[in-house]
Amino acid sequence: MRNYLILFGFVVSLNAFAATPQELIKQYESQAKQENTTFTSFSAERGAAFFKTERVHSDGKKVSCATCHTADPRNQGKTRANKVIEPMAVVANPKRFTDAAKVEKWFGRNCKDVLERACSAQEKGDYIQYLLSVK
Amino acid sequence: MKNWMQYLILVAGMTSAATLLASGGLEEEGGRQMPVVNNSKWQAECSGCHMLYHPGLLPEKSWSKMMNGLDKHFGENASLDAATRDEVTKFLAANSADKQDNRRSKRINQSIPADATPLRITETRYFTAKHDEVSAKTFKRKSIGSPSNCVACHKNAEKGDFSESQIKIPR
Repeated sequence: MRNYLILFGFVVSLNAFAATPQELIKQYESQAKQENTTFTSFSAERGAAFFKTERVHSDGKKVSCATCHTADPRNQGKTRANKVIEPMAVVANPKRFTDAAKVEKWFGRNCKDVLERACSAQEKGDYIQYLLSVK
Repeated sequence: MKNWMQYLILVAGMTSAATLLASGGLEEEGGRQMPVVNNSKWQAECSGCHMLYHPGLLPEKSWSKMMNGLDKHFGENASLDAATRDEVTKFLAANSADKQDNRRSKRINQSIPADATPLRITETRYFTAKHDEVSAKTFKRKSIGSPSNCVACHKNAEKGDFSESQIKIPR
């Protein structure tokens, strides 16, 4: 009985972060509404622009999401340390946006690396919407 | 009879010499290669952006400094939640070069001056001396990228095995 309880607890904890991209979008939607009362819905077009728009980092280098992920999110990208990054587009990599903790961890890191600030819930939702829309 | 004895001694001598050679000669206790170590958080978190570096490649003071500055990790934000960071830091410290018995870790550690805390393995005297015959141009090859990409030439580097016989420099 005890073993079953442990196993049950394990399965539940595994599922705590498991999600679908749609569920994540819902979560970011309620956050976006709190952050901005005029928010209506996420936009794949805004997400696409966000993904590709370069800015000049304070270190003087031009940078965007596409710098590492490449301009076509169906492609594999490469980190600055030469490691392959699996595609961001869900059509090419169904595992994307299925782990809330992982998604938050990487938004947390990469928004600071690229934008030198945290991303808003609207930017995160737009980003996911775009990467879901790529066929 | 005398010849027979001499033959026996010769064979015995050759056998023990061969055994000694096969075992890698008169070794320090920990052997040449770093031991296989395991921690799932270390494996998952420290190989997201780069190859997995064995804790025996740097002393504890280096790992400690590195883990305290993950928000600026070689120019990138590699922050971890506090619990994960603490677990990984502990694991790195317990298996760091200054805690290792193997020859390579000991030599890396010995090559670092007492007042230095290098964050890059490639900056240690041990590394530069070992790689002095590899040109900067070779390191820049697309198949390699930079000197920090050990696995490009040492295929078992992530397991802590940098043995000479395993080296293959890609074109």
